[in-house]
Amino acid sequence: MSAQPATSNAGALSPRTSFQGLILTLQRYWAEYGCVILQPYDMEVGAGTFHPATTLRAIGPRPWKAAYVQPSRRPTDGRYGENPNRVQHYYQFQVIIKPSPPDMQELYLKSLYAIGIDPKTHDIRFVEDDWESPTLGAWGLGWEVWCDGMEVSQFTYFQQVGGIDCAPVSGELTYGLERLAMYVQGVDNMFDLNFNGREGDEKITYRDVFLQAEQEYSRFNFEHADTELLLRHFADAEGECHALIEAGNADGRHEMALPAYDQCIKASHLFNLLDARGVISVTERQSYILRVRELSKACAEAWLRTEAGGGEGGDA
Amino acid sequence: MPDLLLELFSEEIPARMQARAADDLKSLVTNALVDAGCVYESAEVRATPRRLALAVAGLPENQPDVRDERKGPRVGAPDKAIEGFLGSVGLTLDECEIREDKKGQYYAAVIEKSGSSTAEMIAGIVPDVIAKFPWPKSMRWGPGSLRWVRPLHSILCIFDGAVVPFEIGGIVSGNVTYGHRFHAPDPIEVGGFEDYEAGLRDARVMLGAGERADVIGNEARTLAFAQNLELVEDEALLRENAGLVEWPVVLMGAFDEAFLDVPPEVLTTSMKAHQKCFSLRDPKTGKLANRFILVSNLVADDAGAAIVAGNERVIAARLSDARFFWDQDRKTSLEARLPELEKITFHAKLGTQTERVLRLEAIAGEIAGLIGADVDAAKQAARLAKCDLVTEMVGEFPELQGLMGSYYAQGEGLGQEISDAIAQHYQPQGPSDDVPSSPVAQAVALADKMDTLVGFWAIDEKPTGSKDPYALRRAALGVIRTVLDRGLRLRLSPIIQFTLARLGPTLDRLGEDSERKHRVRAVHDALLRGDNYLLAFFADRLKVHLRDQGARHDLIDAVFSLGGQDDLVLIVKRVEAMGKFLETDDGAVLLAGAKRAQNILRIEEKKDETRHDGAPDPALFAQDEERALAEAIDRAEAEAGAAAGSEEFAAAMSALARLRAPVDAFFDNVTVNAEDAGLRENRLKLLSRIRAATLQVADFSKIES
Repeated sequence: MSAQPATSNAGALSPRTSFQGLILTLQRYWAEYGCVILQPYDMEVGAGTFHPATTLRAIGPRPWKAAYVQPSRRPTDGRYGENPNRVQHYYQFQVIIKPSPPDMQELYLKSLYAIGIDPKTHDIRFVEDDWESPTLGAWGLGWEVWCDGMEVSQFTYFQQVGGIDCAPVSGELTYGLERLAMYVQGVDNMFDLNFNGREGDEKITYRDVFLQAEQEYSRFNFEHADTELLLRHFADAEGECHALIEAGNADGRHEMALPAYDQCIKASHLFNLLDARGVISVTERQSYILRVRELSKACAEAWLRTEAGGGEGGDA
Repeated sequence: MPDLLLELFSEEIPARMQARAADDLKSLVTNALVDAGCVYESAEVRATPRRLALAVAGLPENQPDVRDERKGPRVGAPDKAIEGFLGSVGLTLDECEIREDKKGQYYAAVIEKSGSSTAEMIAGIVPDVIAKFPWPKSMRWGPGSLRWVRPLHSILCIFDGAVVPFEIGGIVSGNVTYGHRFHAPDPIEVGGFEDYEAGLRDARVMLGAGERADVIGNEARTLAFAQNLELVEDEALLRENAGLVEWPVVLMGAFDEAFLDVPPEVLTTSMKAHQKCFSLRDPKTGKLANRFILVSNLVADDAGAAIVAGNERVIAARLSDARFFWDQDRKTSLEARLPELEKITFHAKLGTQTERVLRLEAIAGEIAGLIGADVDAAKQAARLAKCDLVTEMVGEFPELQGLMGSYYAQGEGLGQEISDAIAQHYQPQGPSDDVPSSPVAQAVALADKMDTLVGFWAIDEKPTGSKDPYALRRAALGVIRTVLDRGLRLRLSPIIQFTLARLGPTLDRLGEDSERKHRVRAVHDALLRGDNYLLAFFADRLKVHLRDQGARHDLIDAVFSLGGQDDLVLIVKRVEAMGKFLETDDGAVLLAGAKRAQNILRIEEKKDETRHDGAPDPALFAQDEERALAEAIDRAEAEAGAAAGSEEFAAAMSALARLRAPVDAFFDNVTVNAEDAGLRENRLKLLSRIRAATLQVADFSKIES
């Protein structure tokens, strides 16, 4: 599966020769299935699941189909750009379908075929991997999907989010885009990925786009982030979230679930930064997780009382 | 007789759950059939990642008819009673029969029910079994509310060649299954078990987990042999792989030889834990080869070239990580890691790993002094034993703890004794695991376990019933096995006290307010007084251990009952000597005599509400047998005591054996319960002297005759 020389612009759109081509192919595939193709959520999150299009839309009765790329920030995974596989910022491609269709596995496999993975020569397997997010109060059952021994996606049937049972159940797919791209492009170092599918002078690699960012953010995450400030911001976000939950109450309905949830996302990311700075002890860690979970639970309950959440005034 | 075939076809079932699920399916369905009166000839189950299948052979076509007779009111009973009875059985009075018993005539309702067809029974049983299936974890999917381990797609249910119709969670039973996900995904119609199994085999599904495991094992060995290599056998990994494929295709890959500089356990663990791959070694040198075995689920068009290439890249990345950890870890000495242990909590109430290490160092030094090990070496090994917990490698592969520390210690040139002690200090991990080999390793291993036991005892976290979250039973057994296997002469009580003293500062830190602290204090004080339940726990574990080796548990009780028994080696010697003695004629007869004396004493002491301890008065001896017994007891007691004191238990038993004749003569010719109260009391005192003499070796009252 070696990269073919791109003599035309076709390479720019091919999932086998360009990172952006991989994204475009997945977007097209899921758009054709009927998903709304969203853009990344405009906040720092640790995983695509945090996007309200997944977290909040997974609860309540209304059907939903969406796909989007989400930049994911995991401060503790930063390696100053020196590790070929680990970075503190990477992309996930996220698909959520509610209710999960009976042919969800088939749909997923066809998306792999669409990006050039041939099931006649590649060993694709569904290996048990249950998913849990303590901060989101969420869990689900599913698999990590292996292609020739490489984990290329997570596949989860959500059972609970924000402490609320998911009914109907959503199916969630998370593709680790860099890893998948490394696989289809045949490179061993993430930074060697061809980003734009061009060759020669016009070629832009993942290194060109992100190496400096990895170095700078690793410095920030591990060395310079002001922990006093972060602790204050955490408390502020937590307070604001509770305040919005309170203020949004209106005759049994809720009118500010989304802004409240933004504060929950903020608190979660601030916690991750504090963790990377090594200022949270083992015992404190648990209590921070519980505090964020309280926020996500409150937001989930509020969401159920909004229109999109299927609450009063909705047709479900 | 007709057969039943049932298949539950789903999305991928976790490998670790398949075997248990197949057994559960079999027992739930067959038990329900038997409960309904449908006995069968044989039943077999199969499990693959995507299906559970059950074949029950030799069922009846119909459930047997049942005849039920219910006793009603007497003839002539009030109308109300009779009406009530008729209502409850749904019969008229004419339809009832009249029976007669001792008290007269009564009405009886005879209800004959012809059995349902077995197919109908099955249609009722299977949905019920599915709905209540005991998966360790189950889920819902889509809009439905049915639970299964992963989404359930189809149910094949055929009895006597025909579909048994039922529906559950929107799934309608049928006679269709599906083959391998990629090779033969189309529906396959099935008539019975034989064409089911054959049809699936054609569709690249090997139904039997055992068969898949055999194929994997055999092909792996064959591939290895062709390269002059040998498979590193791993039964659990074999089973796991068999649960991940429906059609195993075994392939061999290679990695860069340079990785072989990394310890073999690391390479094997990395390939196994992350990639479920087998390692290979050179049978001549026993060294790991730069090859691995992978199990795929595909007969690939390119004979597996792409699969091998892909797996090789993943393995290379995994091994690079491992090598990175290995290189990185060796840049910091174990000693220099000590401060990092402060960050790891051992247990909220028992402090950090740093505190624990300080205790271990002291305890290991103390034990080393007692068992003749190098005290300084034991202290050093104990101080470094936990340092690998903060290495990258152990962070990634916790199962390598101890071993990595030992590699790093070797690398630092700390010597074999220290590195072995670090490697072995967790041993023995189970009943079949080796005990530490060198005295230094034994000292550290014992310290590790004693600190754990005394610590959790002191905070009142004892095992209860089947719950033993801190593996304290295993720790106690580890102490017992190490001490006994190596013949270590060690009294446990002083070590418990010593350990407790070291725990003092940590325990003192517990919150002042809590009731818990109060209890901790109480346990702590009891332990300090030697009022020692922990020793009783050791006694229990020793009993289990010795019983497994065939020793009598009552003999162990008889020895522990002496009190102050905390030298395990000595306890076992006593038990062994007792066992041998009781097998002799002298032993058996003496035991009978001693027990007789005990029984009389127990009864009389209860009656008198006083104990008859103390020496009898020779002046009150009225018969020669009394005098002879008294003399024999004095002699036997002194001799047995001296022999036991020098640990010659066989000699102590022989000394006691000489009591046999005088005891027998006493019971034959002397009446204990004499009319004269003084005479009676003196004789009871003589009996109590028998008890005292036998207590030199054991508490005979605990021995079962």
